[in-house]
Amino acid sequence: MEYVIEMLNIRKEFPGIVANNNITLQVKPGEIHALLGENGAGKSTLMNVLFGLYQPEKGEIKVRGNIEKITNPNVANELGIGMVHQHFMLVDKFTVTENIILGKEITSKGKIDLKEAEKVVSEISKKYGLSVDPKAKIADISVGMQQRVEILKTLYRGADILIFDEPTAVLTPQEIAELIQIMGKLIKEGKSIILITHKLKEIMEVCDRVTVIRKGEGIGTLNVSETNPDELASLMVGREVTFKTEKTEAKPKEASLEIQSLTVKDSRNIAVVDNLNLTVRKGEIVGIAGVDGNGQTELVEAIAGLRKVDKGSILLNNKEITKLNTRKVTESGIGHIPQDRHKHGLVLDFTIGENMVLQTYYQQPYSKTGLMNKKAIYDQANRLIEEYDVRTPSEYTPARALSGGNQQKAIIGREVDRNPDLLIASQPTRGLDVGAIEFIHRKLIDQRDQGKAVLLVSFEMDEIMNVSDRIAVIFEGKIIAMVDPKETTEQELGLLMAGSTKKKVGDGNV
Amino acid sequence: MEMSNRMQNILIPIIAVLLGIIVGTILMIVTGYDAIAGFIALWNGAFGDVYFFGETVRQIIPYILAGLAVAFAFKTGLFNIGVEGQLIVGWLAAVWVGVAFELPKIIHLPLAVLAAALAGAIWAFIPGFLKAQYRVHEVIVTIMLNYTALHITNYIIRTKLSEGSDSSDPIAETASLRSPLLESLTDYSRMHWGIVIAIIAVIIMWFILEKTTRGFELKAVGLNQHASNYAGMNVKKNIILSMVISGVFAGLAGAMEGLGTFGYAAVKSGFTGVGFDGIAVALLGANSPIGIVLAAILFGSLKVGALNMPLEAGVPNELVDIIIALIVFFVASSYMIRLLIRKINKKGVK
Repeated sequence: MEYVIEMLNIRKEFPGIVANNNITLQVKPGEIHALLGENGAGKSTLMNVLFGLYQPEKGEIKVRGNIEKITNPNVANELGIGMVHQHFMLVDKFTVTENIILGKEITSKGKIDLKEAEKVVSEISKKYGLSVDPKAKIADISVGMQQRVEILKTLYRGADILIFDEPTAVLTPQEIAELIQIMGKLIKEGKSIILITHKLKEIMEVCDRVTVIRKGEGIGTLNVSETNPDELASLMVGREVTFKTEKTEAKPKEASLEIQSLTVKDSRNIAVVDNLNLTVRKGEIVGIAGVDGNGQTELVEAIAGLRKVDKGSILLNNKEITKLNTRKVTESGIGHIPQDRHKHGLVLDFTIGENMVLQTYYQQPYSKTGLMNKKAIYDQANRLIEEYDVRTPSEYTPARALSGGNQQKAIIGREVDRNPDLLIASQPTRGLDVGAIEFIHRKLIDQRDQGKAVLLVSFEMDEIMNVSDRIAVIFEGKIIAMVDPKETTEQELGLLMAGSTKKKVGDGNV
Repeated sequence: MEMSNRMQNILIPIIAVLLGIIVGTILMIVTGYDAIAGFIALWNGAFGDVYFFGETVRQIIPYILAGLAVAFAFKTGLFNIGVEGQLIVGWLAAVWVGVAFELPKIIHLPLAVLAAALAGAIWAFIPGFLKAQYRVHEVIVTIMLNYTALHITNYIIRTKLSEGSDSSDPIAETASLRSPLLESLTDYSRMHWGIVIAIIAVIIMWFILEKTTRGFELKAVGLNQHASNYAGMNVKKNIILSMVISGVFAGLAGAMEGLGTFGYAAVKSGFTGVGFDGIAVALLGANSPIGIVLAAILFGSLKVGALNMPLEAGVPNELVDIIIALIVFFVASSYMIRLLIRKINKKGVK
């Protein structure tokens, strides 16, 4: 058996678009096979065809050499195909074991045999090096652990072909390293893996072969050992891509954002932002580096007026904004690209046009004497769609229908176009492909070059290193170091983020 | 080809109505009634002559307003089960103003209508405030307020609007919505000017939601509170406002009964049912103004037409309640119908 999975000349259409056109994907047993493509290239569609969620219009699927008709996910499960979804499908209030056995319970005399189930779960987790606590509740474990539960779910169901849908998008660097080890272990135990991703670094690191698709077309399959990130990027995007974001030396001027001894408490009354000081000057990008959960979210929400400040002050261009409500903060000149675009950034059932005026709908020319001016709104939307290259069928399309990258471009267009004095970008490129990342970094730097202040929060080390002019390391709610990206290394930054080496901070610098 | 969502949204209520009628027909046949005669009687009872037509319109008026009330709250993310209670207090307020004052019609009638709207608004403000301020679920509060409304209004009718009797005095002519013209045109049915108010209300709802900045905010808050908050909208204020506007429509529905159909307020042993039927109207009408008008016409005709069924065909009029229940059931289980449409579509293509 040369291939364990063969998808031959697959074609899948949706009204108005061909999502997959004549794509072939052949996976060898025991390999990690990357499926690479931009957002909206058709990766997910192809995998949903394999998983039985969609029926292809043309083409055939062979599993272990036999032609199979995969009409629904149950058939895929029976064939040993398992999917680790990007957005986890877990019941928060259930334990790890309960989640894993859900739908295929171990019973004795009509009752669920949890003891036996826990035993089975710990056996599998030991075998593949996926250590989890079988009795822990999902709500209490980290995102990385939750992902392990997802993997265990597929293994419990006997999958030996695992599809990972952008598994690293939600993970911290440490968790990514652990996941890579787990994948290695899975392969050693005879599994095959299809890895959906647009992160070239990961492909180079763990994959054996890679199939590239672009705009629904299969571009080809390469051996990873015979290619390089540059070649992959240009195959994926269809043009040359620069990784190192080009930028000139920053020319910072006077302070724009000044945060003085800021303390923010969470619902448990714990200070998640703890006596924090930070200054962002006009014409510079300050990157906040840190492991998730060290107060980044709360800091951003406090600046944006979304969270109550317990102590300290926030000044924007020498004006106190600490106690203003969100609207007033927005009006005073802050743009905010939120971390969670679905929860905060967009009203998904509103049209793109309506989303483009989410903060400004009540101002002229979008609103006159309390009435909406639809023409002005959609003219504005059209302009932003054009300028920020938002790929959408029309300005009347619901935001929900757009790919993640295009949703993000829409938000960035909206925030940057308001021309704010301070732009806060929280994880602005999370889950996006290189083309979109390049575009977004460019926009952040453009803002800087126009003399605006930019505050970038990111868990991606590369992003922080590439884009920032200064890096503030946050640990347990405090800025514990301020470093120059040109003089630091990823290793040093990693150590600082772990809070191990505290570098003394000069007062004037923070 | 998959059918567009919009098309499906129109098709589902139509199929639900057809399925409801089909199952109702089967029921009639199984229980030994003449189904064809039953439906003819139903039609005649709703549109057979001008009197029935007038009565049907009269029934449609409060249905439209109650449907708007439910739909407005729905559109903004709230489930107002309290339309019934808001309607009852609206009814009482309208009649109270109608009985208590002597004013020229041009002032008296609008005042009575406004009193009803205000009463409904206040009654809906309570659950809106509790939801916004303390996160108390509006469904629970509104259900309880329905009973509160029922018993308080009964008490007021007995003690303030009459001297211990079961009904208030009739309202002054100057506060009445009744129309000798419409009555004479429809063979002395109880059709009244409220239909004009109902149509204006439909236009107002559409206008608020589609045209105004306020409507944009209300919808945004209904669809995603987090994003609305992020965008600087006052989420609490909008929740309260949404309930209040919903209550205005419900109160107006009460005014229709108090100033139009009946002309007085009587002690009620139970709910009028109009407020609850409003939920069915909004559901079948998919919360769209035009859909609500059509659904109200359907339910209004069924309700009034049903009264003729025992007389003309010997079919019990409760059967219509069953058909209405079936329609609501099929709309609520629209997932089933969507599946059906998809299956039919697939076969059609192959």
